[in-house]
Amino acid sequence: MFTKKQLLIKGLLSVAPHMFSVIPFGIVCGAIGIELGFSPILVYAMSIIIFGGASQIVFLQLLSGGASTLIAVTSVGVINSRHLLYGAVLSEYLEKLSFIKKLLISYLVVDQGFAESNKFFQKNKNEPYLHYHLLGSGGTLWIFWQLSTLAGIILGSFVPEELGLKFAVPLTFIAIVVQDLKKLDHVIVMITCGLSSLLFFDAPFKSYIIISPLIALFVAALVLRLKK
Amino acid sequence: MTWSSIIFAGIITYFTRMTMVALVDRDLLGERIKAVLAYVPSAVFPAIIFPGIFITDGAFIEMNDPKIFGAIVAILVGYFSRNVIATILSGLFSYWIIIFLL
Repeated sequence: MFTKKQLLIKGLLSVAPHMFSVIPFGIVCGAIGIELGFSPILVYAMSIIIFGGASQIVFLQLLSGGASTLIAVTSVGVINSRHLLYGAVLSEYLEKLSFIKKLLISYLVVDQGFAESNKFFQKNKNEPYLHYHLLGSGGTLWIFWQLSTLAGIILGSFVPEELGLKFAVPLTFIAIVVQDLKKLDHVIVMITCGLSSLLFFDAPFKSYIIISPLIALFVAALVLRLKK
Repeated sequence: MTWSSIIFAGIITYFTRMTMVALVDRDLLGERIKAVLAYVPSAVFPAIIFPGIFITDGAFIEMNDPKIFGAIVAILVGYFSRNVIATILSGLFSYWIIIFLL
């Protein structure tokens, strides 16, 4: 059995390697906001209020491109709706928490933290303080997201666009799923999702980001049925 | 106007995080749905990976785009090393080598 502190540190360490992608992306995110002509306070406030990298960029790009606030807000909601899936997975492990604690820890549910904590949860189902792992992973991501978007706001145009730092984002997620390429059922689900995302890329409100996972989960259900 | 829409977007985003954790009773989900949920990482992350590689500024890339090379290197390094840092850095550096040296 692990202590709370051990779990917190394990959570922290599990996402630490992803900082090689989170920090560059955070810097790009802050820099884009300034480049598009928004005030530094507003760009930074999004990192606390929304706390979702891709959706923050899309929001500012849409507004600066003359889209209505309704479209911008809807797009953020659609892009971030994938958290519903993370929550559905995590709820099994957070079931015993009080309602208040559930409300608080929910704020820290983000892609990489979900991915790494979920991997740990699957192997350690019976630990009593599992949520401390999520606190460690999500908390670390939160802190570094704040610092790196702040750095991007300050550095602004000093960040050379030729570096293509945004490319660090797909790489960090490759690192998360790459071991599942050993399992045929997962490969089928991944390819379904990936191809769907390209096919539906131009769907309104960036909805490819939730349409393609739903298609992939449907395929997963079919695969499960065939396996029986 | 921008501020209120940010706050609104933040509230919506928080609800996407909180709803399934705090509001929905897990017992409502049947066994079959729980089994399907085990595929969530594989079903979600490629929707970030594929467009991140194959689309630049809203358009499909050419087949000789350095991002494809970087992604292949990252997949191979990640698969065999099982190391997140090695995966990210090998992908980034192989991408930069093509851009800046070739």
